[in-house]
Amino acid sequence: MSRTGHLIRRLLATMVTIYVVVTLNFLLFRVLPGDAVSNLSRVPGGSPELSAALRRQFGLDQPLWEQYWIYLGRLLHGDLGVSFTTQEPVGDRLMVAFGNTLPLVAAGLVLALLLGLVTGTLAAWFRGGWVDRLSTSTAIAFYSVPTHFLGLLLILLLGNQLPTQGMHDEFLIDPTWAARTADLVRHMVLPVVTIALIVFGQYTLVVRSSMLETLGDDHVLTARALGAGPVRTLTKHVLPNAMLPITTLVALSLGGLIGGSILVETVFSWPGAGRAMYESVVQRDYPMLQGVFLVLTISVVTLNLLADLLSVRLDPRVAQ
Amino acid sequence: MTSIRSNPRAAAGLGVLGLLVLIALSAGWLAPYDPAAQVGQVFGRPSGSHLLGLDDGGHDVLSLLLYGTRPTLFIGAAAAVVAVLVGGCIGVVAGYFGGWIDGLLMRITDYAIVIPALPLGIVMAAVWGTSIGQLVLVISLLLWTSTARVVRAETASLKNRPYIRRIRGLGASHLRIIGRHLVPQLAPLLSAMAALTIALAIFTETALTFLGLGDPSTVTWGTMIRFAFQRTAMSQGAWWAFAPPGIAVSLVVMCCYWVSQSLEDTLNPRLRVAHLARRYFEVRGS
Repeated sequence: MSRTGHLIRRLLATMVTIYVVVTLNFLLFRVLPGDAVSNLSRVPGGSPELSAALRRQFGLDQPLWEQYWIYLGRLLHGDLGVSFTTQEPVGDRLMVAFGNTLPLVAAGLVLALLLGLVTGTLAAWFRGGWVDRLSTSTAIAFYSVPTHFLGLLLILLLGNQLPTQGMHDEFLIDPTWAARTADLVRHMVLPVVTIALIVFGQYTLVVRSSMLETLGDDHVLTARALGAGPVRTLTKHVLPNAMLPITTLVALSLGGLIGGSILVETVFSWPGAGRAMYESVVQRDYPMLQGVFLVLTISVVTLNLLADLLSVRLDPRVAQ
Repeated sequence: MTSIRSNPRAAAGLGVLGLLVLIALSAGWLAPYDPAAQVGQVFGRPSGSHLLGLDDGGHDVLSLLLYGTRPTLFIGAAAAVVAVLVGGCIGVVAGYFGGWIDGLLMRITDYAIVIPALPLGIVMAAVWGTSIGQLVLVISLLLWTSTARVVRAETASLKNRPYIRRIRGLGASHLRIIGRHLVPQLAPLLSAMAALTIALAIFTETALTFLGLGDPSTVTWGTMIRFAFQRTAMSQGAWWAFAPPGIAVSLVVMCCYWVSQSLEDTLNPRLRVAHLARRYFEVRGS
């Protein structure tokens, strides 16, 4: 019962958050000086009549709440408006961009998680020794480096061996499927490594402290007293308990991961959502900027909900 | 305080941060060249007269770096102060009064905390503008949430301690209890959060600046990296144009992290106990 109650509460909260974000997305852009029309009507021979006609066409002559209703209605139909720069529907451009971002972020996350679990567990196990000092110092060092700076450093170090720009080599002649995939993977290496290195430090530190916290629990002492060996204690009694904060951590780090991917895609000219966001800032393409922001935020919020439900599965006490 | 003195990392962190503040104050005096003047060839290599080389405009990188300390530290500190003040107030009020006030404030915090910071910062900066004041406002609006959460939890546990109850029984006003008895207890936590927030604020500033949302009229470490990237320092192999500011940012963030970590360790000594640390076995075994 309490579990269903928790589920419903979390679902409602997520929907309210998404509604708040949607509204914020509307209001933030309405405080802009001027509107879309003041820019568009600046064509040679543009008259006040043209501006008025354009304003009518975009619905900007309506009162604010009327515009808000139109915006909400269009959004529900998946209509995110038209990009200023390419005149394509924002939704179509976003589909392509997010399709390109997903493998990058997913590969980065998995790599970071593996690295973080191994180094964090080792650090907690050899607590106070040189392994601990080495892995925590490395973790803090990578935690401290700005994402784009690390990307630039990697280009400097490995730019001769690996491609640093874009997703594909445009000069491959009639590539086979395998050659094309290999090319894509080669292009992915540097951005994925950058993302992974940026987040893994944080993971190491949390895995370490969560392991240490569990290592201090009474049940671990009991297990030791009953004769469980170190490896058995670690895998059977410590890791399962320590997994919970780690799930929460991954959920909380998603926002940072998305932020990191914006910088990484900018550095490596990866044609994904982050790069689209950067370009729309540079070109003042507000519908595009709104669209990317909305989809990024809604996906992070939804993934957070999923992670929360997962942590209830792992530990039902969370729901109470 | 004793733990900071006995903790070499925290001491080093505080020392480096203090040194950077001194550098910021005396930049005009330390810098060998005028950071705005062209004093050599574009992307000139590091040499005796230009220790860190020259950037895309032939400016001396060392002088830029020294002058850049000022706005970088200012933005970081100002944004952290605003963020910790806002977050602290919300946390204390929510934790102390509880009930529907707590519910409302924490609900708002929950909504704000899940919105990814950098995208929101990009949108706000793109819409509002990118002068230093606006940047500070944007960054602090992104970073208050974790302070609010942590402070609320701590306040909620403090307010039910017997001594606070007794003071309340003696007729102390809410304001007096919060101001005289709760805030001093919260001070170490607040300083730990402030140290961490400075690091995050400087981080966010470099990120926003890199994406073209910084103040173009000020030289910060963030703008140095941006211009190096944008003006082809990479293809020229001019690592000296972006490595010094990048390392400087990393150093500040690391120092802030160490300081905040040692403060947190003092608050949570439980982390020092472990029944399954390697060392524990050795002690046991001998």
